[in-house]
Amino acid sequence: MNGIGAVDGYGEHARWRRRAAGLRRLDWTLVLAVVALSVIGTLLVRSATFQLLTDQGRDPEGFVKKNVLNLVIGFCLGGLVTVLDYRLLRAYVPILYGAACVGLIAVLTPLGSTVNGSHSWIVIGGGFQVQPSEFAKVGLVVLLAMILGEPRDGEVGPGRRDVLLALALAGVPAALIMLQPDLGTTLVFVAVVLGMLAVSGARKRWLAGLAGGGVLAAVLVFSLGLLKPYQLARFTAFLDPSADPRGAGYNTQQARIAIGSGGGFGKGLFHGEQTAGHFVPEQQTDFIFTVSGEELGFLGSAAIILLLGLIMWRGLRIATQAADLFGTLVATGVVCWLAFQTFENVGMTLGIMPVTGLPLPFVSYGGSATFAGMIAVGLLQAVHVRRRPFD
Amino acid sequence: MNSRTHFRLVVLYVLVGALLLVLLGRLWTMQVLDGDHYRRVAADNRTRDIVVPAVRGLILDDQGRPLVRNRTALVVSVDRTSMARQKDRGAAVLTRLAATLGTTRDALEKKIRLCGPGVQRPCWPGSPYQPIPVDDRVDPKRALQIMERQEDFPGVTAQVQAVREYPEPAGASAGQALGYLQPITQEELDRRKGLKVTGYSGADLIGRDGLEAIYDTDLRGEPGFRKVLVDSQGRVTGTAQEQAPAPGGSLVTSLDAGVQGAAEKALHDTIGSARKQGHKADAGAAVVMDVQTGRVVALASYPTYDPSIWTGGISQDEYEALLGKKKGQPLISRATQGQFAPGSTFKVSSVSAAVGDGYDLKGTYPCPGSYNVGSRAFTNFEGESHGDMSLHTALVVSCDTIFYKFAYEEWLRDGGTKPKKNPRDPMVEMARKWGFGTRTGVDLPSETAGRIPDRTWKRDYWNATKKSDCKGAKDGYPEIAKTDPTRAAYLKAVAAENCAEGYMWRAGDAANLSVGQGDVLVTPLQLTRAYAALANGGRLVVPRLGQAVVRPDGSLVRRITAPAGPKLPVDPKVLAYIRGGLTGVTKSGTAAGAFNGFDFKKVDVAGKTGTAEVYGKDDTSWFASFAPAKKPKYAVVVMVSQGGTGATSAAPAVRQIYEAMYGLGGKKALLKNGALPTGLPRVSYDGKAGK
Repeated sequence: MNGIGAVDGYGEHARWRRRAAGLRRLDWTLVLAVVALSVIGTLLVRSATFQLLTDQGRDPEGFVKKNVLNLVIGFCLGGLVTVLDYRLLRAYVPILYGAACVGLIAVLTPLGSTVNGSHSWIVIGGGFQVQPSEFAKVGLVVLLAMILGEPRDGEVGPGRRDVLLALALAGVPAALIMLQPDLGTTLVFVAVVLGMLAVSGARKRWLAGLAGGGVLAAVLVFSLGLLKPYQLARFTAFLDPSADPRGAGYNTQQARIAIGSGGGFGKGLFHGEQTAGHFVPEQQTDFIFTVSGEELGFLGSAAIILLLGLIMWRGLRIATQAADLFGTLVATGVVCWLAFQTFENVGMTLGIMPVTGLPLPFVSYGGSATFAGMIAVGLLQAVHVRRRPFD
Repeated sequence: MNSRTHFRLVVLYVLVGALLLVLLGRLWTMQVLDGDHYRRVAADNRTRDIVVPAVRGLILDDQGRPLVRNRTALVVSVDRTSMARQKDRGAAVLTRLAATLGTTRDALEKKIRLCGPGVQRPCWPGSPYQPIPVDDRVDPKRALQIMERQEDFPGVTAQVQAVREYPEPAGASAGQALGYLQPITQEELDRRKGLKVTGYSGADLIGRDGLEAIYDTDLRGEPGFRKVLVDSQGRVTGTAQEQAPAPGGSLVTSLDAGVQGAAEKALHDTIGSARKQGHKADAGAAVVMDVQTGRVVALASYPTYDPSIWTGGISQDEYEALLGKKKGQPLISRATQGQFAPGSTFKVSSVSAAVGDGYDLKGTYPCPGSYNVGSRAFTNFEGESHGDMSLHTALVVSCDTIFYKFAYEEWLRDGGTKPKKNPRDPMVEMARKWGFGTRTGVDLPSETAGRIPDRTWKRDYWNATKKSDCKGAKDGYPEIAKTDPTRAAYLKAVAAENCAEGYMWRAGDAANLSVGQGDVLVTPLQLTRAYAALANGGRLVVPRLGQAVVRPDGSLVRRITAPAGPKLPVDPKVLAYIRGGLTGVTKSGTAAGAFNGFDFKKVDVAGKTGTAEVYGKDDTSWFASFAPAKKPKYAVVVMVSQGGTGATSAAPAVRQIYEAMYGLGGKKALLKNGALPTGLPRVSYDGKAGK
């Protein structure tokens, strides 16, 4: 809790000077990568929705406008998180965590609404809806960083009590999300927990035990039939999409066709025939990568992957240079989250991962996901501006 | 930062890098290496081939009058695939559609279910991927409603289509000969190359019976293609490629609407009067054939039906009511599929067989009232005795006992009950030469072969029936004995005989065969061809209904020819002699009554009556004829099942047909100078005949 006192010690003038210096200390590579992905994402959202909205007689730019609004709000939220001293967050973590859990419980009540088989949204009127599980990711990262990043005397890793506490606190929202059911986000939680535990220095047997437990849980879920039939079908459809081309395999097959037909250089932005014919469902959200695959080809799609890679690289660099373990862990959690979500999302459109409902970070349309992504980047920046002067 | 954390961060670097490399590698494979494959799939995905059905050709009579033509109709169709994709499986749409069409949802659902085992009509026998027509008589206003409010009727289309129409010129229906159309089945569709029907093609029909089936390829035409661009909902967004359909050719038949109509009327009239006389007269057939060419001028079958019931689907009730057993199964053409014992009309074969076997053509033979064949007495019709007579008189008065004598003596010469190694069986062999027992090869489907019983057939039949016969011989018929002990005893005796020696070609079999009785079966068309051969000097023609296929503009696609048939192994003098005998039948013989007052000066008709006894049923009435007797042009045969004697039912019908053809008895002649039109009629596409 020393950090709070340190900030308090400066006067008004000094604070502003510090903030101006902080702006210079921002990771501008990271900012540029996020902006580039946001611009590309907006263009792809336009391509995915223009024809559909026109056909439906609605404002053809409707999704684009909302997406830009989401991005503006997202940048503001990110900026806010950046300028806040991230160490201050520790004070708010219990509130953040509690709010996330309340939100997750709320979606399970009649307040929640179902989209694509997952009961993940709360409609708040005016055409807006909130997806608490996106914010829960942020909560999870900060909470775990707080528990596992507790300053330790001489110990290389967190003690048993800390690990168990972290697992228990992560388990509650994970279970709530599993109930929605939202398999994708649950898997993101698993990736974040594993990654942060590893980097926090937890003993190997914890990691091995967790991995083994995960496998066991997966086996149990399958063998006890806890998955809904449609989930199981979606899960297995990616192995052989031609088995049920009209049903579960439809998304996978249409996604592969759209991406594959893009070739090396694509058909040109707004010129994708598969996209214009909206053969791929959920194309502006979870399957947005298929639009880039078809219209921008290998060149454009690889660029998106590399930009996301750039963000992860900067994130890991920030983790390495962080002033304290808490900062390292926050950055690690964000990277694990983004890395797994990217791999899962792109992987499912390429047919190497099962279909789950996860958006592509910074590219997909979606308010909550955009906000959560921007907050995550804000966290990275916050850690970055307060990094150690020398490594 | 401690070293463990640092090391694990490095591991994380590597892990993240590896994941991204996997994605990039997979992306490269899909887009750069397999790009061509996916581009092809994408193109298939985006376009759909619509088959534009070709207008089916007409079926015309010999003067170009249409027997079958097309009318345009607004057809409402339902797409099963689209229904299945809707949330309630189309229930709401079908309810709305039913209200618009004035029917019930249940009725519509029955119409669009697929036929299969255990599914009663109405059901859809065609491809499940085709829109299924549910109404082809919808008025334009309602069709317009459906077309304009597509959002209310997803999966329902209303399109202008051509449907078959049967104008029945000169009262000629010829239902069984024309046949009918039915939706093509998926297997048939798969077999047709290059015709992948998806979506919008409308019902593709295929000829299922009659000329529609035999000349299906000629009539069908070549469907056109339209490659359209579609979105994921299957909505058409544009046309990529188009090829117009080529309409089908029209079939010019040798059927003459006038003669056909007259034959149908004569058949109908004589069955009516036979029924008045107390006969059951459940079925009949009339055939008119050009004896020189084998072209069929008229082919009538009774009972008949209206082929237009096939368009727009038929319900099980309709099917039963119109086409079922109670209605006498009118789909069966009695002329080509009906098999009946020919009775005395068969004697033209037996006379030639006897003469061929050495009996003197000019000889005189006794015609007693009864003749003992082995131990059994075979009698003339009503036991009449005529004294000694020539073969000419034997044909005129239809003496049976002369033929029993020939058959029995020939049978004895073949060894009787202990047959020689290679028995000659002259009557059997000759019957085959006259074309009995084999299909004529007419251009109609499902023709039956009839039956000439012989030694092999007897053995096969015995093998098939001996079990029940031997049981009857052993146990008798106690059930029948309760009410009719005499009959039971008779049946037991017959069963015993059949059980013991049913495999043998017995004297009775030979005798029965010689007069067209017993196990002999012929089709009316076979008999007509035999009489045509008798009339034309011994050429066994192959009957044809189709004359030519012509294009819509009237130009000839192809002439339809028949292969040359075999010659009868009968001396022309013998044929002339038989013709002479048959000339007498209509004047002083068995048909003299039926032809009383007939204008023989205008056209001399020669013919032979036949009255075939059928066990447990009324007699089959036959009259087989040709005319003019001196220079034959036509063979006319009428058969009435359970119609009584040949002289009372069939002969008057034949007379009525000739009178209509030649314009006798105050009627207007259907044929100019008794001749059929020469050459093909000029045809315009709407089916109006020109000269």
